[in-house]
Amino acid sequence: MTSKQIDRIATAVLWLAGILIIALLGWFLIRILGDGLPQLSWKFITSKPQEISAGGGVGPQLFNSFYILFLSLLLSLPIGMGAGIYLAVYAKKNGFTDLIRISVEALSSVPSIVFGLFGYLLFANLFGWKFSILGGACTLALLNLPVLVRVTEEGIRAVPASYWEASLALGSTKWQAIRKVLVPAALPTIITGITLTSGRALGESAILIYTAGLSVSRMFPDFNPMKIGETLSVHLWYVQSEALVPDAKQIAQGSAALLLIVVLVFNLLIGIPSRILQKRLTGGK
Amino acid sequence: MTERHKINVSKLNLFYGDNHALHDIEMTIESNTIAALIGPSGCGKSTFLRTLNRMNDLIDGVRITGSVAVDGQNVYGPETDIVSLRKRVGMVFQRPNPFPMSIYDNIAYGPRIHGTKKKAVLDEIVERSLRQAALWDEVKDRLNKSALGLSGGQQQRLCIARLLAVEPDVLLMDEPTSALDPISTLKVEELTQTLKERYTIIIVTHNMQQAARISDVTSFFLNGYLVETDKTDKIFTNPNDQRTEDYITGRFG
Amino acid sequence: MNSYVDKLDEKSASGRAAWKPSRWMNMQNKADATMRYVFIISAALVAAVIFSIIVFVGMQGVKTFAGVSPWEFFFSTDWTPSAGKFGAFPFLFSTVVLTLLSVVFALPLALAGAIFTAKIAPNWMREILRPATDLFVGIPSVVYGLIGLTVIVPFIGKVVKGTGYGILPAAIILAIMIMPTILSISEDAIRSLPGRLEEASLALGATRWQTIWKVLLPAARPGILTAVILGMGRAMGETMAVFMVIGNSPQMPKSLISSTTVLTTAIVKDMGNTNYGSTWNNALFLMALLLLVISLLLILIIRVVARRSELK
Repeated sequence: MTSKQIDRIATAVLWLAGILIIALLGWFLIRILGDGLPQLSWKFITSKPQEISAGGGVGPQLFNSFYILFLSLLLSLPIGMGAGIYLAVYAKKNGFTDLIRISVEALSSVPSIVFGLFGYLLFANLFGWKFSILGGACTLALLNLPVLVRVTEEGIRAVPASYWEASLALGSTKWQAIRKVLVPAALPTIITGITLTSGRALGESAILIYTAGLSVSRMFPDFNPMKIGETLSVHLWYVQSEALVPDAKQIAQGSAALLLIVVLVFNLLIGIPSRILQKRLTGGK
Repeated sequence: MTERHKINVSKLNLFYGDNHALHDIEMTIESNTIAALIGPSGCGKSTFLRTLNRMNDLIDGVRITGSVAVDGQNVYGPETDIVSLRKRVGMVFQRPNPFPMSIYDNIAYGPRIHGTKKKAVLDEIVERSLRQAALWDEVKDRLNKSALGLSGGQQQRLCIARLLAVEPDVLLMDEPTSALDPISTLKVEELTQTLKERYTIIIVTHNMQQAARISDVTSFFLNGYLVETDKTDKIFTNPNDQRTEDYITGRFG
Repeated sequence: MNSYVDKLDEKSASGRAAWKPSRWMNMQNKADATMRYVFIISAALVAAVIFSIIVFVGMQGVKTFAGVSPWEFFFSTDWTPSAGKFGAFPFLFSTVVLTLLSVVFALPLALAGAIFTAKIAPNWMREILRPATDLFVGIPSVVYGLIGLTVIVPFIGKVVKGTGYGILPAAIILAIMIMPTILSISEDAIRSLPGRLEEASLALGATRWQTIWKVLLPAARPGILTAVILGMGRAMGETMAVFMVIGNSPQMPKSLISSTTVLTTAIVKDMGNTNYGSTWNNALFLMALLLLVISLLLILIIRVVARRSELK
């Protein structure tokens, strides 16, 4: 076989790999949505779950998913952005900075079940919160943290240094320059990062089983953060492996489709706000 | 006596780590003059300019000895508030660097960070600054459009207007026309002549014709030393130092 | 003369007044100093989080050894907590086998995909592949688990005439899950190689494939290694998808298609049945500690790989 023939075969194989990857994803989507969409109805999305009989919905779970996500961002955004700003603007080459960088890296590699156990230990037991929406949100915040630190730092570093100089030369304090120039200019990157984290957090389950719990409040919607708060992804796992309801399979398929749609929406949304902002900032150029 | 000079630099030395970048600089600059700093690249003229409003403070490992006084006040004194200093001694950079905001917000940025909030006052400052920078007529209909949509020359005049809005009295210009086309350069040069009536201007330039055209006094820097300072026409016709003459006649650099 | 001096004095006096920061500026300076501390504290908090995780999980986990000897925990295969037997060796063993197997499954497709995306795919294909890869990463692990449970397990069950649960379906699902991670990092590594490498090889008359195989891939090795290690970390730490397809019997796997348990799923399975403070509960924390230590080690290896390739 000549090297030219090998080249041709290799090219064909690589094309095949590319197509296979896309086909695999396509098959996944069709399978999940095909099985799940027929299960979706307004009633399914908004009504409360059943313990033993069929026909339960996932309303509270869907609500809890977003509520916990919202609370976790509320906790992790200020700290994550603060640490990101520190790394981008203030950090000197010293031991403290190295420590922070290693910590961010280490934190992003922690398996989510370990976060879950930590949250169970600290929030559910030591703080005595039991299984609660707040405990779940606090633990989930730890998962978001490293991503937020990273995107904030990257976003701010990508802002031209000339903006920073210009602001300081006009007599601004560093904080004024950060607040009025750096962060607004870095916002598209930061928002993309937040959307990415949110998608991931919505699908997260191992963290929440032993922090937010496996059942829902009797009220719906229940904004009390100290109430137990199972989320949609946890519910999907729960009905599939532990639940007694006869329509567990349908509920799981419906929940999976719902989750996937949410993730798809977040993935599609990623580009939009940053593109609009970019346009506003650059005057449509 | 020192009180009489707008800016008085004495025994100024600057080190980047082990690199001794400026040696014993002595210089005085009077009010309402344009002082040009010339010299080959790497001679320290830009570094010197940045010592005047302490922009070198942003770089790690910079050490400065000696004194720089503006209106008799030591810029490097312990009691000096760096923010107040930069408000008084403003800077225009080599490349135009408008913020990614509207033209209006760019000009209003300075006044806003210094505590002006009233819309009417800001409107007035924006118009006055743009007029001073000879930009008003070109942009008055698009104040809310992004400043990044302006041409390079307009952007640089916008940056000058942005600086004027904080009412400094010394303007530092670091090769302000090096990124501009000849027509925009001419406009900025004309602008410096009108600004001179109200401000003291120190301009770094690599363009000797420019220094000759616009400045009253010229200082020649070489390898971190200030070789000589004199009236501009003297420097360009009959300099005291042989090295200055060599540079001006194009024998090096 | 007098009037001139007076004027000067007046001017310098007004000048001097302006040197003193105004009240507004004082406020801004104070805010600036405060915010600097806020940023430092935020950064310190991030470090505090990882340290408290290590300390809390570690202390709780180490308590296990009050009831069980390290020898038993690490090397006994008997996990019967009701009888006081805490041999975690099957979980460790299955974790290692599952992690390695899923990387082996994922690597060929991931590398081929990375080469394809970086060097061969036309633009329109790249425009599809990139978001597709991102979407793969975005799919929640429970959804992967559901596919495994409803498609892969029954399929394997039918082929081998058994239940179909075990390491094999778990490895297939994990391979799909970590493939995009390995793909995108490897692609970055290949694409960030200097263009002169490729030009030099092509100029010598090498075909595109020879260039990729003999020049680009070896040069991108540190990046690919990082990708593989990150993929391993993800496979090892994955919980829910594995839980749904591995069977969850606390025993050594007799084959790749017999029910077994890995560290992550052992934690999920038993956590609900145990009381906080019991040896059983502590043993679960010890498993979490193991996972934590291994993932930190993997990060360390990545750092070493990165530093070595920098030195070159």
